[in-house]
Amino acid sequence: MMEFIVIVLGISFYFYVIFGGADFGAGILELFTGNKSIKPIYKAIAPVWEANHMWLILAVVIIFNAFPPIYSRMSISLHIPLFIVLIGIIMRGTAFTFRHYDAVDDGVKKYYNFFFRSSSLLTALFLGITLGAMIMGGVTDAEGISFPDKYIYPWLNPFCVSIGIFTVFLFAYIATVYIIGETETEEEALYFSKIACRFLIALFVIGGWVLILAYLKEVPFVSDFLSNPISIASWVLATAFVPLILFLMNKNNVLGMRISVAGQVAFIMLAWAAAQLPNIIFMENGNHLTLYNSVAGPSTLYYLTIALVIGVIIIFPALFYLFKVFKSD
Amino acid sequence: MDVLTAARLQMAFSLGFHIIFACIGMTMPFLMAYAEWKWLKTGEEVYKDLAKAWSKGVAIFFAVGAVSGTMLSFELGLLWPEFMEHAGGIIGMPFSWEGTAFFVEAIALGLFLYGWEKLNKWVHWVSGVIVGLSGLASGILVVAANGWMNSPAGFDYVDGKFLNIDPLAAMFNDAWFSQALHMCLAAFVATGFAVAGLHALLLIKDRRNIFHRKALIIAMVFASISSILIPLSGDIAAKSVAERQPAKLAAMEAHYHTEKGASLIIGGIPDDETKTVNYAFHIPYALSFLAHGDFNSEVIGLDQIPEENHPPVLITHLAFQIMVGIGTFLFIVGLVYFFLFWKKRETIFKNWFLRLVTFCTPLGFIAVEAGWTVTEVGRQPWIIYEIMKTADAVTPMPGIQFSFYMTLLIYLFLSAVLVFIMYRQIKMLPVNYPSSIAHLNQEIK
Ligand code: HDD
Ligand code: HEM
Ligand code: HEM
Repeated sequence: MMEFIVIVLGISFYFYVIFGGADFGAGILELFTGNKSIKPIYKAIAPVWEANHMWLILAVVIIFNAFPPIYSRMSISLHIPLFIVLIGIIMRGTAFTFRHYDAVDDGVKKYYNFFFRSSSLLTALFLGITLGAMIMGGVTDAEGISFPDKYIYPWLNPFCVSIGIFTVFLFAYIATVYIIGETETEEEALYFSKIACRFLIALFVIGGWVLILAYLKEVPFVSDFLSNPISIASWVLATAFVPLILFLMNKNNVLGMRISVAGQVAFIMLAWAAAQLPNIIFMENGNHLTLYNSVAGPSTLYYLTIALVIGVIIIFPALFYLFKVFKSD
Repeated sequence: MDVLTAARLQMAFSLGFHIIFACIGMTMPFLMAYAEWKWLKTGEEVYKDLAKAWSKGVAIFFAVGAVSGTMLSFELGLLWPEFMEHAGGIIGMPFSWEGTAFFVEAIALGLFLYGWEKLNKWVHWVSGVIVGLSGLASGILVVAANGWMNSPAGFDYVDGKFLNIDPLAAMFNDAWFSQALHMCLAAFVATGFAVAGLHALLLIKDRRNIFHRKALIIAMVFASISSILIPLSGDIAAKSVAERQPAKLAAMEAHYHTEKGASLIIGGIPDDETKTVNYAFHIPYALSFLAHGDFNSEVIGLDQIPEENHPPVLITHLAFQIMVGIGTFLFIVGLVYFFLFWKKRETIFKNWFLRLVTFCTPLGFIAVEAGWTVTEVGRQPWIIYEIMKTADAVTPMPGIQFSFYMTLLIYLFLSAVLVFIMYRQIKMLPVNYPSSIAHLNQEIK
């Protein structure tokens, strides 16, 4: 049962990265392109907008139901970055909707834009930083140490910030590729293709930098990563997608491009997950929180499984229908 | 301010903010679906315009409801990690069902908002109904989780450990039904009167406007039926509280001394020092009857409860008086509406009645906030009744004061923007209906 729950958790996390990530990325992209990308962004995400961020809620609910100690450890030690993520989610969610629905089109739009863009960046950055802190192994439950040592330095450090920046560019990249398919003219498509390539290059540079940094700081994750064949293989495959995507971009094959990017992201996440699991939070004292030592009792898992099975049976066809209705023309 | 106070205030503000959007999300879809159904049946365009105009408002409120709810699902842990570490495995189930309900709601809302032209009319209508049903379902499920805090069930508590967990029994605790029923009705009362009040205000300025007339009638039907029913469900809730949480009942009623044939205290300022209620109005035997259905039954007073386990009496009592006062008033307004509707239809659009309904605009929401204050403050000092104290559940992280100020600031700012946007939205509504239908259609697309 736990395996099933972990798989659903993984899937919802993955969907949050590709769908929610495209949302965030859209805001980040606007920072680079200004108002140019607003229209294709609306075409791409408006109808499914509400559904996208549900993946995060699903993931949170699964964690606090099935792995309560993990939820509680994160909430205590990573309180500050998570709180910033929340502020970001509130600001961008409302700014996006207000911008779309405000009945009058006047100077106020400027402010909606500002909030939407800056909070997209902020949220993505701090989501990545939070993840970085779980990987890095600086989280501590020691008593009697100073406030910054306990609540700030475990996430505010070069490694975690680099992962945050990586996340920012990953989301921006996903969004840009997605938006290429919504453009109307060839010129526009070319414009966004160029930006996507730049984001891709940035991803490689930052990814390499993260690995070097992790190696120098002796982050335990790195040795797990390098000794795990699945991680290495997934990493190679994710890289192998690059020429394919460039080719499809050149051919202007929208569907192929979107699928390949989704595949590429899946392999990036698989590479990470294979090395990380079953650990979820690497602790400083070595008593890592794992799936096994945090899992709730069997009756809890049993009822959660039932809920998830029914949920999956309802949600996937419904989502598919939603996409079909709005992507049909 | 200490960390505990800050955390409680932050929780209270976040929930108090979210509940407004939750009420709207649970009930507006039914008003919209009703209007659309009228359109499908009669073919009168005004109903379609109404459904569309409402749906724009709902889209805005829904987005704020969604982000403030997301905030809450993190805040439960950020502020009360110790609580969630134990409660997560027990009451996670309703939350996981709720997750499904949200998904369905979000998907159906996408279809409803963007599907006017793309979907078959009836499929479109059904998607609106599904938004409402899943909204109600999610409301019932969270309230069941809250009921568990008031009336813990589904586990054995041995030496500080939660053993033999049974999520199903936890969800169907003793409080879930009375609270969920009352909450659903409250959502209809609050939203119904708020919508009716707004359209009544606009009608005062533009009496002939058929758009606002239809809107007023639809909203008042929902508001009146639920406001007539809610005192009944409030009575069920009060009896349930008397059974399972005598301390809360005593605080609600400012009932300091245990007695048989207890009198009901209306209004007044409770004084914890002298254990009396000043300036109050007493109805003999009424409390015994309301709490246990028997004029001579014994009602437990605060004197039977250890001092350190007393909830704050003043706040709980005042909040309860506000809720019941508003409930009684709206009950009467509901009856008056039905009387006028059957006997003298045109009176509904007379100035005095429109003013009365306008006056009711915020009342339902005030009652909702007051009711939740009763429930939550009345449970203090417990976070899980008689199992875990709120003070033991709070996060060990210092400095929650800052996150409280931050949260407060954001919510105030958001509320201001929301009022601004709704104002602009309302200004776009048709003034000289029906000549402005075309104009409205254009705006709404
Ligand atoms: C429009 C809103 C509204 C109105 C008119 C009323 N209520 Fe209420 N009441 C609520 C909205 C509400 C609420 C906000 O929805 C609460 C908070 C928790 C809950 O389940 O419902 C609530 C709680 C609540 C509780 C506490 C339940 C608990 O802690 O388990 C009692 C005893 C009552 N109510 C009783 C009444 C009575 C006797 C009313 C008579 C007129 C009344 N309410 C009108
Ligand atoms: C949306 C309607 C709700 C409102 C307006 C509300 C209001 C409040 C208030 C005023 C407090 C502070 C009480 C005090 O410290 O004196 C509080 C505390 C709390 N509420 Fe609620 N509540 C609501 C629903 C819920 C639900 C559905 C849950 C969970 C399932 C919940 C969980 C909590 C928790 C964990 C606390 C903090 C601990 C405590 O003070 O007891 N609340 N709420
Ligand atoms: C009595 C209290 C509550 C009621 C009746 C209620 C009901 C609702 C409803 C109807 C929605 C749909 C959003 C909308 O239509 O605007 C919603 C959204 C949400 N609520 Fe609450 N809620 C309550 C308290 C809570 C609490 C305590 C939590 C956190 C644990 C929570 C978490 C959420 C989340 C995550 C969403 C967003 C889902 C979405 O995007 O649709 N709610 N709530």
